[in-house]
Amino acid sequence: MIENVNPALVDWSRAQFALTAMYHWLFVPLTLGLSFIIAIMETIYVRTGNEAWKRMTRFWMTLFGINFAIGVATGLILEFEFGTNWSNYSWFVGDIFGAPLAIEGILAFFLESTFIAVMFFGWNKVGRKFHLTSTWLVAVGASLSALWILVANAWMQNPVGMVFNPDTARNEMVNFWEVLFNPVAVDKFLHTITSGFLLASLFVLGISSWFLLKHREEWLAKKSILIAAIFGLVSSVTVVFTGDTSARTLARVQPVKFAAFEALYDGKEDAGLVAFGILKDSEEKPDTKEFKDFLVRFEIPGFLSVMTGGSRDAFVPGINDLIYGNADSTVFPVTEKMKRGKIARDLLVNYKAAKMYNEKETAEAIKKVFLQENFVDEIFRYFGYAFLENPEDAIPNVSIAFYSFHLMVILGFLFVLVCFIALILVLRGTIEKNRWFLWIAFISIPLAYIASESGWVLAEMGRQPWIIQDMMPVSVGVSQISSGSVLTTFILFAVLFTALLIAEVSIMVKQIKTGPKH
Amino acid sequence: MRHLLSYPYRLFRFYYDGFRYMPAWGRRVWIIILIKLFVIFLILRLFFFPDLLKKNYDTDDERSEYVLDQLTK
Repeated sequence: MIENVNPALVDWSRAQFALTAMYHWLFVPLTLGLSFIIAIMETIYVRTGNEAWKRMTRFWMTLFGINFAIGVATGLILEFEFGTNWSNYSWFVGDIFGAPLAIEGILAFFLESTFIAVMFFGWNKVGRKFHLTSTWLVAVGASLSALWILVANAWMQNPVGMVFNPDTARNEMVNFWEVLFNPVAVDKFLHTITSGFLLASLFVLGISSWFLLKHREEWLAKKSILIAAIFGLVSSVTVVFTGDTSARTLARVQPVKFAAFEALYDGKEDAGLVAFGILKDSEEKPDTKEFKDFLVRFEIPGFLSVMTGGSRDAFVPGINDLIYGNADSTVFPVTEKMKRGKIARDLLVNYKAAKMYNEKETAEAIKKVFLQENFVDEIFRYFGYAFLENPEDAIPNVSIAFYSFHLMVILGFLFVLVCFIALILVLRGTIEKNRWFLWIAFISIPLAYIASESGWVLAEMGRQPWIIQDMMPVSVGVSQISSGSVLTTFILFAVLFTALLIAEVSIMVKQIKTGPKH
Repeated sequence: MRHLLSYPYRLFRFYYDGFRYMPAWGRRVWIIILIKLFVIFLILRLFFFPDLLKKNYDTDDERSEYVLDQLTK
C-alpha cells in the first residue's frame, strides 16, 4: 500500500492541513485567555462600581471581538479537509470523532454565540450581573469547546476506548469515559488552555506596555498589567507543571516522540535533560532526517530519568532502543510490531475473503477475534506497522521535534520570568520607569505565538509517520486525489488566511492606536 | 399574554439595536465574517472540498468496502 502512494500527495496534504491548523491556532489561544481576563476585569467593575474598570473591560473586549470574529469558522476548514483530503482516515475514525465534535458544535453555538451577543450588545440593556454572567459563560464556553477538539486530537495520539469493526472498516466507541479521560486528553486540555491563558496575558501585558511607552492611558495600562501579570504568572506556572505531566505521559504512550524531542538515541539510566542543544548531521548516517548528532549540548544531569521514572536510576529508552529493540529493558523492536501489524492485516484480508465467498462461520469466528481484548491490546494496536517498509520509517523528523520542543520550553520559562518581573514592577509602582522591560513585554507578544505554534508542531510532527498513533500512517489515511488539486487549495488557503490575518492585525492595530472610548 | 408577546419583540429589538448602533470596527468585522463565510461555504465547500466518500459512493456499505480495500491492499 505505502509504496503505491504518491509522496507529493501525502506531503501537500500534510502541508495543507498544517497551514490551516496553524493559521486557525493564531486566533484560538487569544480567545481562550482574553475571555477570562475580560471576565476578571468586569467582575472588579461589578464589585466596585468604578466606571474606569468598565471602560477597561470594554477596551479589551473590543480586541477580543475582533480576534473572535476573524477567527470564527476557520476551524471548519479543517473538517472539510478531513472529508476531502483524509477520507480514509475520516472513515476509519468516524464514530470516535462524531460525539466529541458534535458536542463541541452545540456548545460553541449555544454558549459562545448566544452570550457573545449579550457581551457586545447588552451594555446598559441587561442588568450588570446578567452581563457579567454572560461574559463568564463565554469564557467557560470557549474552553469547553476547546476540550472536545482536544479530546479528538488526544485520541489520535493515544487511541483508547474503541473496537475495530471489520464489517464497516471503522473504529467504534465502546467507552466514552475512557475517550474523555484519556490521559493524553487530560494533559493536553490543561496544557493547551493554560498556554492560551498565558498567551492572552502576554498580549495584554505587551499592549499595555506599549501604552506606557507612549505615555498614554497610564491608569488603564497599569491596572491591565496587574491583572495580566497575576493571571499570566499563575498560568505560566501551570503551563510548566502541565508540560511536565504531559511529557511523562508521552514517555509512556508515545516513547519515540519523547525520545525524538530530546534527540536521545541510546537509552540509558541517569539520562540528562538537554537544556540547550544544536544538532548536526549524523556521521554514521548522513543526510537523513531521522538520525542526528549534537554539535553543542548543555544537559541537566539525570533530570530526564527523574522526570520519567521518578529516580536517576530509571532507564529512558532512546530512538535506537525503540526502533531496533533492547532486550535488557524489555523494549521490543519495530520489526516485531510490523509482524503483529501484518497478522492483524492478514486477518482482515481473510475476513474480507470469507465474506466474499459467503463463508459465514469463518467470518463470524474472525470477527470475534477482532473484539477480543487481548487481540486489540497485543496485535491490533500495531495495525499501522503493517504498512511500514523499514523500521526507520517509524522515526519522526528529529530536528523539527527537537527544536520545536526546546523553543517552546525556553520561551515558556522566559514568560514565567516576564510575568514575575511585571508583577514586581507594577506592585512597586516603577514599571513605567523601566522602559527596557516595557519593550521586552511588547516583544513577548510574537514570542508567545511562536511558543504556542511550536507546541502544536511538536505534537503533530512528533507523531509522524502516524495519523493515528501506531494504527494508521498518514500515507494510508490520505485520499487518493491528485496532488495538483491539493496544491491549488493549499494556495487558496494561504491567500485566504493571510488576508484574514492582515485584516485582523490592521483592525486591531487601529483600535489599539485609537485606545479606549466610552 | 401581552408579556409573552413582548418577549420576542424585545429580543428582536435587542439584536436590531445592537447591529444598528454597532461601532465602525464592528461593521468592518461583520463584513469580513460574511465574506469569509461566503468563501468557505459557497466556494471552498461546493467546488473544492466535497466529502469524497459521499460523492463517490451511494451507500455506507460501498464506502466501507472501499476503505477496507485501501486497508488490505
